[in-house]
Amino acid sequence: MVAIAQRPAFDKRRTKAREIDWVKVLAHIILISGSIVFLMPFVYVVSTSLKTAGDVYTFPPEFIPDPVQWANYPDALTAMPFDVFFFNTIFLALGRIIGLTLSCSLAGFAFAKLRWKGRNTLFFIVLLTLMIPVEVTLIPRYILFSKLGWVGSFAPLLVPGFFAENAFFVFLFRQFFMTMGQDLIDAARIDGCSFVGLFRRIIVPNAKPVFAVVAIYIIQNNWNSFLLPMIYLTDRSKYTLALGLRLFNEQYYSQTHLLMAASVFVILPIVILFFFMQRYFIQGVVFTGSKG
Amino acid sequence: MHISSLFKPKRLSFWESLNAWIFVSPWILGFILFTGGPILASLVISFTNWDIVNPPQWAGLGNYETMLGDPLFFQSLKVTTLYALVAVPLQIVVGLFIALLLNTKIRLIGLYRTLFYLPAVLPIVSVAVMWRWILSRDWGLINWFLSLFGVYGPGWLSEPEWALPALILMSLWGVGAGMLIYLAGLQGIPTDFYEAAKVDGAGRWASFRYVTLPMISPVILFQLVVGLIAAFQVFAQPFIMTQGGPQNSTLFYLLHLFRNAFEFFRMGYASALSWVLFMYIAILTLLIFRFSAAWVFYEGEIRNE
Repeated sequence: MVAIAQRPAFDKRRTKAREIDWVKVLAHIILISGSIVFLMPFVYVVSTSLKTAGDVYTFPPEFIPDPVQWANYPDALTAMPFDVFFFNTIFLALGRIIGLTLSCSLAGFAFAKLRWKGRNTLFFIVLLTLMIPVEVTLIPRYILFSKLGWVGSFAPLLVPGFFAENAFFVFLFRQFFMTMGQDLIDAARIDGCSFVGLFRRIIVPNAKPVFAVVAIYIIQNNWNSFLLPMIYLTDRSKYTLALGLRLFNEQYYSQTHLLMAASVFVILPIVILFFFMQRYFIQGVVFTGSKG
Repeated sequence: MHISSLFKPKRLSFWESLNAWIFVSPWILGFILFTGGPILASLVISFTNWDIVNPPQWAGLGNYETMLGDPLFFQSLKVTTLYALVAVPLQIVVGLFIALLLNTKIRLIGLYRTLFYLPAVLPIVSVAVMWRWILSRDWGLINWFLSLFGVYGPGWLSEPEWALPALILMSLWGVGAGMLIYLAGLQGIPTDFYEAAKVDGAGRWASFRYVTLPMISPVILFQLVVGLIAAFQVFAQPFIMTQGGPQNSTLFYLLHLFRNAFEFFRMGYASALSWVLFMYIAILTLLIFRFSAAWVFYEGEIRNE
C-alpha cells in the first residue's frame, strides 16, 4: 500500500506502455544545454588563464590554449603576496569559526532546550535581526572600531564573531537542537549533570552535522566577504584573497591572462571544498529556504 | 510526556534560568554593541554632520534635505529598484524552472545539481573579475556566442543602456542556491496530491498550476523577500566591474552610500541614506507580505473563494 502511494505519478506512464516520455527527453535536452551554458564561463576563464598574452586577444576565441602557458600561475601568484592573502583568509575563517560556533551554539542551546523567562521575546528579536540589511549598522560600527583604534587590524572582523553576530546561525543551531530528543537530556539532568556538562557531553557530540554546516558557511562567507574587509583592513599585509584579487584587478587590468590565473587561484579552494563537502553546502542552503 | 515533567515542579528553576541567561549573554552583548546600538546610533548620526575626525555638528533634518536635492541618490535608488524588479523575479523563474526539470525523476540529478549550484558558492570578487572579461566587447564569451547568430554584441559594461542588463544576466549565473531551495520544496510535496489530481483528470499543466505552484508559493515568497534584501546589498559587482558607471547607470545604492561614508567621510549623510534604505526595504517587504495573502498558500489553510 505504502509503496504504491509513494510511487510518483509520472512513473505510471512508463509501466503502461514503453512509449518515449517526450517531456523527459525535452527536460534532458534543456538540462544538458543549461549545463553547457553554466560551464562555459569556467571553460573560458580557465582557458584564458593558460594562454600567452598574445593569444588572449583573438576572435573568435580559441578554447584550447596553444601553447599551454602554465607559467601564468606562478607569474600571477608571485606578482603579489598571494600566499600572505591566503593565510590571512584562512586565519580569519578559523577565528570566525571558533567565535561564531561557540557563541551561536550556546545561545541556540538556551533558546532550544532551557526554560526561562524572556526566551520567546529574545528569540523574536533574533528573528527580527535576520531582516536587517548590512548598511544600517555599517557606519556606527566603523565609528566604534575606529574610536577603539581597531581599524587596520583583524579585530573588527573577528571580535563580533565571539558575540554571536550572525543571527542566522543562532537560529540554525536552535532549530537543530529542537529536534534532539528530550529523554537523553532529562536522563543526564537526573544523573546530576550540569547545564554546561549537558551541552558539552550530550548536545555537541550529537549535533556534529549542524556544526559542520555552520563551519562550511563561515568559510564560504569569509572567502566571499569583501565590503567589511575592505573598510577595516587598510594594510596590504593584512589583505584577504578577495582584497588581493581586487588590487590585482586594478594593477594588472590589461594583463587578462594573469588576472584570470589569479581569479582561478582564488576560487579553487572553494571549488575543492565544495566537491568534498557538497552535502553540507546543500544542507545549509536547503535549511535557509525552509525557515520561511 | 517527558520524564522531566514527572520529577520537576512546574515553576521555572532559578538555576536553569541563570544558566540560560549566561549562555545567551554573548548574543545579548553582541546585539547591544553591534546591532541594536548601531541602529539607534545611525539614526542619531543621520541628524549630524560628522567626518569622524572632528566633533559631530547637529544638522537637524539637513541631511534628509540634502538627499532630496541629490540626483545621485535618486539615480542609485532607481538603479537598485530596477535591478530588484527585474533580477529577482528572473532569478525566481529560472531557479524554479531548473528545479522543476530536476524534479522529474530524471537521471544524473546529482551531477546537474552540482553543476548548477557551483557558481553560487564562488566568491563574488572572483566572479566579478571573471565576468568583466566574459562580458568584454571585443573578446568576450557572450559576444562570441552572439556572433554565432550574426549578432554584433554591445559593449556590455561600457554602454549605459547595457551595463545594468549585463549585471542582471550575470546574477543569473548564481541561481543555483535558489534552485536547491525550490528543489527541496518540490520534493516535500506529497505524491498523493499528484495522484489525486490525476484521478481528477488533471494533466501535467493542471497539476503544476493547482498542486505544485500553491504548495511551493511560501518558498517563492521567502525567496522574493530574501532576494529583495540581497538586491539592496549588491556592492562588489559594480564596484569592481563598472565603478558605478558608465554615466552612473550601475550606481547601486550601497555603492553610493559607501562613497559618501568612506571616500567623502560624510558619515551623517551616509547614515541618513542607510535609514532611508532601511525604511524603504521595510515598506517594500510589508507590501509584499500584504499582497502575498492573495497568492501564497499555506498547508492546512481553508479558502473561501
